[in-house]
Order: sequence, then C-alpha cells, then structure tokens
Amino acid sequence: MTPPPVLSVRNLVVEIPSRAGISRPVNNISYDIAPGEILGVVGESGAGKSMAGNAIIGLLDRPAHIASGEVWLNGSRIDNLPLEDLRRIRGRQIGMVFQDPLTSLNPLLRIGDQLTETIREHLPVTAAQARERAVAALEEVGIPAAAERLDSYPHEFSGGMRQRVVIALALCAEPSFVIADEPTTALDVSVQAQIIALLRRLCRDRGTAVMLVTHDMGVIAEAADRVAVMYAGRLAELGPVRSVINAPRHPYADGLMGAMPSLSIGQRRLRQIPGAMPRPSKIPPGCAFHPRCPRAADPCRVDPPPTILDDPQGRAACWFPLEHSA
Amino acid sequence: MIRQFSAFWQSDFGWKFRHSPTAILSALVTLILVGAAIFAPLIAPYNPFDSSSLNLMNGFSAPMAPNAFTGEVFLLGTDDQGRDVFSTILYGMRVSLFVGVLAVLFGLVLGVTLGLIAGYAGGRVDGFIMRVADIQLTFPAILVAMLIFGIAKGIIAPQYRDQMAIWVLIIAIGLSDWVPFARVVRGATMVEKNRDYVQAARLIGRKPVAIMVLHILPNVLNPILVIATISLALAIIAEATLSFLGVGAPPTQPSLGTLIRIGQTFLFSGEWWILLFPAATLLALALAVNSLGDWLRDALNPRLK
Amino acid sequence: MTAFVEVSHLGRSFDVSKPWLNRVIERLPRRNLVAVSDVSFQIEEGAVYALVGESGSGKSTIGRMLAGLMTPSAGTVKVAGADLHADPAARKAAGIQMIFQDPYASLNPRWKVRRIICEPVVVAGGATAGLAERLLEQVGLAAEDADKFPHEFSGGQRQRICIARALAANPRFIICDEPTSALDVSVQAQVLNLMSDLRDELGLTYMFISHDLTVVRHMADRIGVLYLGRLMEEAMPEQLFARPRHPYTQMLLAAAPLMEGRTREIDLPKGEVPDPISPPPGCAFHPRCPFAIDLCRKERPELRDVDGVRVACHRAEDIVPASAA
Repeated sequence: MTPPPVLSVRNLVVEIPSRAGISRPVNNISYDIAPGEILGVVGESGAGKSMAGNAIIGLLDRPAHIASGEVWLNGSRIDNLPLEDLRRIRGRQIGMVFQDPLTSLNPLLRIGDQLTETIREHLPVTAAQARERAVAALEEVGIPAAAERLDSYPHEFSGGMRQRVVIALALCAEPSFVIADEPTTALDVSVQAQIIALLRRLCRDRGTAVMLVTHDMGVIAEAADRVAVMYAGRLAELGPVRSVINAPRHPYADGLMGAMPSLSIGQRRLRQIPGAMPRPSKIPPGCAFHPRCPRAADPCRVDPPPTILDDPQGRAACWFPLEHSA
Repeated sequence: MIRQFSAFWQSDFGWKFRHSPTAILSALVTLILVGAAIFAPLIAPYNPFDSSSLNLMNGFSAPMAPNAFTGEVFLLGTDDQGRDVFSTILYGMRVSLFVGVLAVLFGLVLGVTLGLIAGYAGGRVDGFIMRVADIQLTFPAILVAMLIFGIAKGIIAPQYRDQMAIWVLIIAIGLSDWVPFARVVRGATMVEKNRDYVQAARLIGRKPVAIMVLHILPNVLNPILVIATISLALAIIAEATLSFLGVGAPPTQPSLGTLIRIGQTFLFSGEWWILLFPAATLLALALAVNSLGDWLRDALNPRLK
Repeated sequence: MTAFVEVSHLGRSFDVSKPWLNRVIERLPRRNLVAVSDVSFQIEEGAVYALVGESGSGKSTIGRMLAGLMTPSAGTVKVAGADLHADPAARKAAGIQMIFQDPYASLNPRWKVRRIICEPVVVAGGATAGLAERLLEQVGLAAEDADKFPHEFSGGQRQRICIARALAANPRFIICDEPTSALDVSVQAQVLNLMSDLRDELGLTYMFISHDLTVVRHMADRIGVLYLGRLMEEAMPEQLFARPRHPYTQMLLAAAPLMEGRTREIDLPKGEVPDPISPPPGCAFHPRCPFAIDLCRKERPELRDVDGVRVACHRAEDIVPASAA
C-alpha cells in the first residue's frame, strides 16, 4: 500500500500568448511525488523544466499562465487558488531552493532574523522558541557553530554554506514539499556532493517530497529516486532512476545517456544527437523529437506519440520505444 | 526605405511605440517643430532679417489684430521693430536647434572618445579622464559655458565676434556636455572589454584602436542615443539661457533665447506676445524632446518591460 | 625531442588592494592574490593536455597566459621553442587560438558570421573569398549561415562558429577554456566530437581547461590537477583515474557524480576551497586532507615523480586510494 502522493500534477499546460501566436513551453505533463521521494526533472535548456516548476508553485511571470490541468498538494487543489491563499500555502507547505543562493536571501538581514521571521510566520511559537528552532535548522544542514552564525549576514558565508542556509530556510517551516531548481549548478564539484547528500538525508528523515530540477544527469543519478525526462515542454520518459539510466525506452533519453562522457570507461567517440532543442514557438508537429530521432517513421511526424506504460511506475511517450531484454 | 520603416513598425520597438501615447505625441510635436525650423524660409510669411521688408509702423501689433497704422494683420503679432513674431520664432528655432544639435554632436564625439579610451585603457588614464569629468561636474554647465564664452571673447577679434558667436556657443555647450556620454560609455566599455569576443579580437592581433572602434563602439551605442536625445533638450535650454543672459546668439541671428530676452523688456508695458510665444515654443520643444528621450530610455532598457 | 609547449615556473599574482586612499586612511596593507604559482608542464605536439580544478584554481589564468592575453608575473611560456612573452613575433608564429566558455559572449553581436569568421584573415591581410563558407561546412554548419547574425544561432552552433573563427587563423595550438560547460549534454557531445575530428584532421594541439572530470577523461592525453594555483598531480588519464595519488584528486573523483549512482556511501569531501588571498600555509590542501600530518602544515610539498606520475604530496607513497574497487 503506497501512501497518497504529496504532490500530484495532472495534464499541466502552460501557455505564453505573444504577438506571434501562443507557445506552450509546458505541454500536458503529469506526475506524482510521494512522501520522502525525490523526483528528478531533467532536461536541456528550453525543455520547460523550470517553467513547469514555477507553474506548480504559482510563480509564473505574466504573460505565461496555466492554460489547463491541475496541481494537487496534500489532497487539495492549488492551481486555481487566489494569489493570497497560494502565497500562504507556498510559505507553509512548499520550500524553495534556487540556483543562486543570493537571490533567496535578503542581503541586508542577518540570517538568524530571516530564519526566525519565516518560522514565526508559519508556526505558533515564541521568539525564543523560534530562535532555538533556527539554531536547530542550521545545525541540521551542517553549519558549524550554528548559534554564533545566526548573527552573520549572507555575504559572510561561502557559496556552499550559503546554499545550506537556503536549504535551512526552505525547511524551517517544515514544508511537505520542496522544489529545488538547479541547487548545485553554481557550486564546485566537492561542495555539490555535500549538498546532494544533505538533500537526500533531509528528505529521507522528514519524509519531504522533493522535486529536483536540473540539467545535470549526474546529479539526478546520485540524488533522485525517480526521474522525469522533459523534451520541448513534454514528458518524454518517467521512471525509476536506475531503469531510465540503464534501460531508457525513449530514444531521447537513450541519446542523452549515450552523450554523457563516462568516468569509468574512456570511450573514443561520444554518441551525439544531431540538431538542437526547438524553440517553444517552433515545436514540430507529431512527436516533438522526430527531426532528431534515429527511429522516427511516418506516424511520428503526424500524431503525438502514445504513452506506453511500463512496470511499475515507468512510462514513455513514443511510437517506437526501445526494447530491452530482461 | 518603406520596407525598413514597416520592419521598424512591426518590430518590438515599433510595437512599444504604437502603444505609448506619450511617445507618439512627443515624437509628433518634435517632428512638427523641427520640420518648421528646417523649412522656415518656406513657411514663414516674412523674412524678419531682411531689413528692407520691415516697416517700423507695424511695430507692436497685437496677435490677430489689425495694426493701428497699416491695418496689416499678424498671426502672433509683431515686436518693437515691426518683425512678425511667428516668423522670428521659426527662424529663432532654427538657430536654437542648429546650436543644440551641433553642441550635442560635439559633446557626444568628445565624450564617447574619452569614455572609450578611459574604459579600455583603465588605470591612470582612466583615473585622469574621470577626475577631469568629476571636476567639471562640480561646476554648473552654464558656468562652464560662460567661462568658455569669456575666453573666446578675449581671443577673437571684435569684428569676427558676431560671426563666430554661434560656433563659440556650440563649443561652449558641447564642452559642458560630454561628461554623461563619457561616463556611460566608460562603464559599458569596461563590461564589453572583458567579454570574450574582445579577447578573441586581441588574440587575432587587432590593435587597441581597431578593437575600440570596430568591436566595442557598436555595442555601446544604444545608451548613447538616449543620452543624446535628453542632452538635446538640455542643450536647447542651455543655449536659451546663455542667449537670455546676453552671452549667446547675437541679435543679428536671434535664437529663441534671444527672443525671450528681447521680449521680457516689453512684458510690463503690455506687449506680452513678444515674450510669451517664443517662450511657449521653447517649452514645447524642450518638453517634447525630453519626453521622447525618457521614453527611449525606458523602451531600450531590457530590464524595464 | 623538446615539447611543443613548455611552461616553466609560471606564476601570476593580482593586486587586489583597496584603492590608495582607503589604504592610507584605514591603514590597510597591499594585498596580493596569487592566482598561479610555480606551475610547470609540457605539451607534446598533437596532444591534448587538460587542466582540471575547481573555482579559484587558476586554470583560466594559466589559459590566458598561454594565449598571450595576460603577462605572467613569473616564469616563461615557450611555444615551438620561442618565448611567448619575450618575443612579440613568437605569438603570431606559434599560431595560438582560443575557444571560450560562453558562446553568447564570444561573438560580436553586431557582426555577421562571415565577418566574424574572416576577421583573423582580414587582420593578417589574406584573401577571404569563400573562406567563411568553407569553414562553416567544416564545422558542420551550412554555407548560407554566413549571412546571419550570432543571435540567430543556438549555443552549440555559436560554439561551432567560434571554432570556425579559430580555424581561420590556421592555428597549431588551441586553448579551450571550458568550451562545453555552457552547453547541453547532447550538444556537448557534438562539439567534443567535432574537436576530436579536427584534431585528427589538422594535427592540432589542444590545451583543455575544465572543471568536469568526465569531459577531461574523455578528451585528454595528459591531465594536470590544479588546486589554489598549484599543480597537485599530473598523469595520464588511465593512471589518474585508476589510481589517483594526491588526496585532492581522490576527493575530486569521489565527489564527481556517477551515472552508476551512489551505491557507495563514501566519505564526503570536507570543507570548501579556501580564500585564495590568504591560502593555508604549507600544503594548500592540508585543512581538507584526511591524511595531513604536521609536515603538511609547515612545508609545501614539491611536485615530484612517483611511479611515473608527478604529484605534490609529502605522503604520496604511503596513502592508498580510498576507492580502489
């Protein structure tokens, strides 16, 4: 018996009207995230992965808007809520971690004040209790001498420590869902490994559902339980991370894995996908991937591909998915 | 030409223009006034500087009222010497715009050159140029212009003074005007020079001057257009101020400022039109150009959408 | 036989002092950032030499000094036997070109592609008829692209244009400063493959600068690992990845994300790269090093040969890599 999902996205479509017509940077995506699960959303630039994340938490910039579909958080629908209600939910139930830690922190406030302010806004605690919680939150994300560092300003922290503070800030109101958009992209490899480990541990300990948006397949492989591969605003493939990496069904996912240089095997030539991701305004008809796809045939050019269901939670949208023995 | 215009009209920039009443109005007013100034000899009913056509009897005619002695009617009245105010305004605007445009061009060339050099060279050169700019900024522009005017007066022989007055005016206003250009270009140059395309050009073996002119200059031009438009309004006002103070355009070539100076002497004797119409024209011109510049700045700023 | 590129005792420091007035008033000393210190290595003709390191390692500074875009504070760079910084003609003769990280900043946005690609030849005074078309096709673009502006291309295509411009100068040595780190994976593969092909066709020598170990592993014939401006280890990729000698290299390898997933719960890297303005005394890596002893805190280890690998560690002989499996 699986627990009910924390986040549930159903047939989400984001549209941007412009003078040239309507473009759909996010087109009909659906997925669930269970408590304690990390769903990796991976895609190259222009895939619509960040746009999808922003749509889910109601942070789309005009004129982009949700044209259809539903977003459910803990059993209640949030995509059609008034702005004010949504803001309350965002603070209380959704934590956010972005690529650049400096954009999430107010440079003029001590981090202790930022933490206690967030805690007191969402939890019924006294100032002293909030301060205790803030220290605990910083300790939990691995900041040494947390009690003293409460009085520091964001610029007094190094890049990795700052991202830890952001994570502490995102988690201090004890949200049930965290969205992390390229949380390690600006960091060095050694720090990236620390942050990934931290995210994994917090998610496991607290049962928080995490949506990890990144372009880096390596980060997904390390951190995620399941992975959603996006291409041109659509979901190409969704499945448990090991099976998508080792036995991808969608030719795009397969190409992506083949294009990654590997540390363990020194191959002479990389497999490459010809061409580039189409712009959201120029997505080809049928399967969006067909102009770059080695398996493309007539139906791909005309009709959108069917979704094939695999065991137990995997699916891919393709006319001619790859078959893997065993 | 038509195709280029329609491409402009269809572009984002054209779209922003079409949807801004301020932009349309100020562009229209600017266009009409500049056109009237350029075609003054064709539009003006009289040539106010042709003394043979002047009739002193026509002096002090009120607007749209027949003159007491000759019965002639003047649209905006006449001044003490019987010159048609409407015609003098058209010719005056010519002088004002001529001085303004050339002064801004002079300041622009000077400022852009110095800004490019300061930004690209950096170090002591940059320090020196920008300190000069700082010192200049601590003086009001009018004071600088008057200083230059005073020096020029000392150098130029009296018989050439009237002839040279316009050019001295242009240089005086232009010299007090280069700092904003230099500052903006310097800042943009310091950003651009670290961009990789400039590094690539260095690697290829381009000389610094070629890099500045061919690579950096085209990429720092957008803000210059905005500053130039706003400076134009300021230069027109500066010219009017100088002429009003009597150190600008000579009476033989009166600008709007000269006309206002002449007009204000008649204000209390009841001949209000001699002052009011040139002043209103100056206001309209400066306001229109300035709001056009303001709008340009917003429209070209990628961060303000 | 001498190497094609010979870098000896290269160093570069930057003055990061506050302005003169602040120093006088606040009684601050001058401050120097040592970005590169005592780096020596050689590159054989036709080889790919890779420099890896995290932020602040000085890898880009070394790249710029090798390109002649920056003068070293110490040491020499010899390309084909001529000292690059002592002899102005040497730079031209050496045929050095560079490919930059950000394909959006490395092309003049106001120039058409034809003019961009032909610029090296125009500067040298050569004939450019048909050149842009030929080079565009060589890097996998269409001849018609010559009349477009850079903004009409995607990141990967722009990087191809940069490669075409570099090729127009008939280079022998190309410095690639993180050429694919701004690109998507599928496009990165295209560009890396193109660079390999060009090297085979034209006999180019590359210096490849990257923070990405997987890319370096794929491209390099020899790898130098930098930390805070110093070379920590230098080895062939097979040696380096099978048996990293320096504790820093070991940490980097352990931290790199693996497609195989984190089945191992290994020791996480400790701490972060320290402030390069005041680096730790002794071995710069000692505060993060699990094997550090007193000697490491006092004395800086020299780069020395250990079993055919150059490594700067006092304990290179006694430490065994953590992930031998």
